[in-house]
Amino acid sequence: MLGFCQWLASTPWSVALHESIWVYPIVESVHVLTLCLFLGLVVIIDLRLLGATMIKTPASEVVGRLEPWTMAGFMVMAVSGALLFYAIPVKAYLNIFFRFKVLFLVMAGANTAVFHRTIFRTIGDWGGDPKPPLRARLAGGVSLILWAAIVVAGRMIAYNWFDKQT
Amino acid sequence: MSVLAFFTWCENTWLGDAIRDSNWLFPAIESVHLLGLAVIGGAVLVVNLRLLGFGLGRQPVAQLWRDTRPWLLGSLTVMLASGLMLFTSESIKLYYHEAFWVKMSSLLLSILFTFTVVRKVALADPGRVRPLWSRVVGLVSIVLWSGVGVGGRWIGFS
Repeated sequence: MLGFCQWLASTPWSVALHESIWVYPIVESVHVLTLCLFLGLVVIIDLRLLGATMIKTPASEVVGRLEPWTMAGFMVMAVSGALLFYAIPVKAYLNIFFRFKVLFLVMAGANTAVFHRTIFRTIGDWGGDPKPPLRARLAGGVSLILWAAIVVAGRMIAYNWFDKQT
Repeated sequence: MSVLAFFTWCENTWLGDAIRDSNWLFPAIESVHLLGLAVIGGAVLVVNLRLLGFGLGRQPVAQLWRDTRPWLLGSLTVMLASGLMLFTSESIKLYYHEAFWVKMSSLLLSILFTFTVVRKVALADPGRVRPLWSRVVGLVSIVLWSGVGVGGRWIGFS
């Protein structure tokens, strides 16, 4: 894995991105600011699943209408995030916060997948309830915790306090 | 007392000292600031996308405004508190940084616009608001809030 990251870091585009004066900061800014679109609406969906906001709006409506926006936001996050990784593959790979971020991302993805394959299938029955069933509340709560952890871990990638030495 | 003198005083408070002396306080407070950003982004977007005719189109705007208001006010409070802490750690540098002034101007305009114009349009009788006007208001609001975010990110590049 380290060998792959070292090879990636040696590719011309990775070096160019890493050394660019404008492109890297712009990609980073896009990544941070798309947080409002992607995570902002994920938070609204999760809070609705918890029954903590917009209880007069059916959960089915909130999920159905806002999820396409979160998907669009996620695409931007994924592409800009991949570019940020591509600019510093070795540094990121050796960074403990980066590893935690990837782990939490996989867990958040699994949480969403489980939600859609289980309790979401019956949203027609409970979508109008102010307080969704336990499994839906659980999905919303777990999602909020994981995404908060992802944001904090992502911010901390800038620090190499606990890095392994090459 | 000049603005610069006030900023200098802020930088020399115990809070500014404590944040500068610590390795982890600054990124920790910045993380809270980022989490607040997500929540404020969500609360602002739900209402303004609706004004633009997107998102939760079947719900009355007044209801969305009222339902998201506690989250908007809560996240705004978190943003202002954490932002003030970050500010005290580098006030003098910020005084000379144009991005800081862009951000603060955008913030002031965003708050004023949201709690006057957006609020008025959201709570108005839907039959009496021209669709074009609500779209303009939604767009202006999103542009103003984006200015705060871009200005904030820009502060980090110096």
